[in-house]
Amino acid sequence: MKPFRQPSVLPGFGLTFGFTTFFLSAVVLLPLAALVLQTASMDWDHFVRVIFHPRAIGSYRLSFGASALAATINLVFGFIIAWTLVRYEFPGRKIIDALIDMPFALPTAVSGIALTTVFAQNGWIGQYLEAWGIKVAYTWIGVTVALTLIGMPFMVRTVQPALQEVQRELEDAAETLGANKLYVLRRIIFPTVLPAMLTGFTLAFARAVGEYGSVIFIAGNLPMKTEITPLLIVIRLEEFDYKGAAALGFVMLVISFVVLLTINLLQAWGRRRLVASSR
Amino acid sequence: MAGGTRSATSEDLATRPGRDTVLSIAVRWTLITISLVFLAALLLAPLATVFTAALEKGFQAYLDSFTDPDTRSAIVLTLKTAAIVVPLNTLFGLTASWCVAKFEFRGKSFLITLIDLPLAVSPVISGLVYVLLFGLQGWFGVWLQDHDISIIFALPGIILATMFVTFPYVARELIPLMQQLGNDEEEAALTLGAGGWITFFRVTLPKVRWGLVYGVILCNARAMGEFGAVSVVSGHVRGLTNTMPLHIEILYQEYSFVGAFAVASLLTLLAVITLIIKTLVERTGYKRR
Repeated sequence: MKPFRQPSVLPGFGLTFGFTTFFLSAVVLLPLAALVLQTASMDWDHFVRVIFHPRAIGSYRLSFGASALAATINLVFGFIIAWTLVRYEFPGRKIIDALIDMPFALPTAVSGIALTTVFAQNGWIGQYLEAWGIKVAYTWIGVTVALTLIGMPFMVRTVQPALQEVQRELEDAAETLGANKLYVLRRIIFPTVLPAMLTGFTLAFARAVGEYGSVIFIAGNLPMKTEITPLLIVIRLEEFDYKGAAALGFVMLVISFVVLLTINLLQAWGRRRLVASSR
Repeated sequence: MAGGTRSATSEDLATRPGRDTVLSIAVRWTLITISLVFLAALLLAPLATVFTAALEKGFQAYLDSFTDPDTRSAIVLTLKTAAIVVPLNTLFGLTASWCVAKFEFRGKSFLITLIDLPLAVSPVISGLVYVLLFGLQGWFGVWLQDHDISIIFALPGIILATMFVTFPYVARELIPLMQQLGNDEEEAALTLGAGGWITFFRVTLPKVRWGLVYGVILCNARAMGEFGAVSVVSGHVRGLTNTMPLHIEILYQEYSFVGAFAVASLLTLLAVITLIIKTLVERTGYKRR
């Protein structure tokens, strides 16, 4: 049997390992265990009633539907933005590149009220969409817009390095052999960046499902229509229905784990493809 | 980033004569336009709105909104929270990265996954778990009430929830960086007679300083801007348990738009400064992997 750790000349294993596991347990693991155990202490019927309550189902539909739609929008536009940043030189490229990370750094409450103002009926963009009969703020479209903003950097930042990896020699070779641009895109570029695009999609989706701050301002928050699952958890808590909140939280936690697992599998797949292609 | 040839755009154009056909120029400008329009609508318009809305009633009204005592106490609370959370998570990041990067032990990748866990959890759940622990109907709720200790709807709860969401920020920058830089220098220092602490402060810390700065500023930005997790545990007591993001919500819901966007403008400036420092750090050669 392998020893727990391999010998090293460097000191401090006991101290750092002890502190790390203690701090991790106290701040992250113990609280998460409380959530799982609170849910486990519910009887089965109650649990099922809570998580399949029509209002809960309505919230899943919006949360997952809008997140999937937002991630898909990002799949298209994220690729185009990453492509533009990697392949083209244009004035302001560096600033745009730095701005991509803005949704990471900008507090969600700020993006929430700002997006709502921009897309409201009298807002800068909302007034033009209103003329076309499209209402964004306080509808599911608004939710999608907010989730698209939140997910955008995940997509761009995963696709960007993958696009830089594309071997330009292969593209040149393909073109000399008579392939047209679309064929090159389909057979050389997409296969290389596909794992990154799927990872970016999953990351954007995962972030969007849990997102709260930027959505609640623009959503309108009508039960069954524009109420996201995290908001329903908050409402249950405000009703002092701890068990109901815990059950919904547990459902979301399980989904995050599945998503996390998917990301890991996708990344492993991407690495295998990369190794296979460089042979 | 194994294999593959990296190619810079500008070098490319020089070594690729005859690439600028009419079609490729048209495609290029179409794609650039799509990118810019998308980002302008989604990113730049909201950013500009923050400042135009904050200054809508003039600069004096903007300044006056900061004289509101509730706004002031929200700013103080946010600074206080960050001042406690960021150093603690930095300490954790340094410890965890030393533990993970310098030693080989079983279950290491599992430990890294656990450290990253808070990133995968919805902010609302990050707050919820502490309510389930310390809330009135939570595990320790009755005991805490008997001993007159308040965690939920008070500063400790806000600190804990913020700590949870920003937990991995420093560690996840430092771990891969330390792993990549290796242990040779540390081992040399030890052979030359330096103790563990001296090795850490004189050898390791200077080596990873940019990664540390990077992690700390991102941790700080998230700590000051966190909304969901803090909103669940804070109880929204005006002037007492409202951080800046929560105060923005209250002002906004009271239709006090200038006030809401004035506070928002401070947080936006924080985000801009964070991005500038981040870009400068990346210039030093420290890149995200």
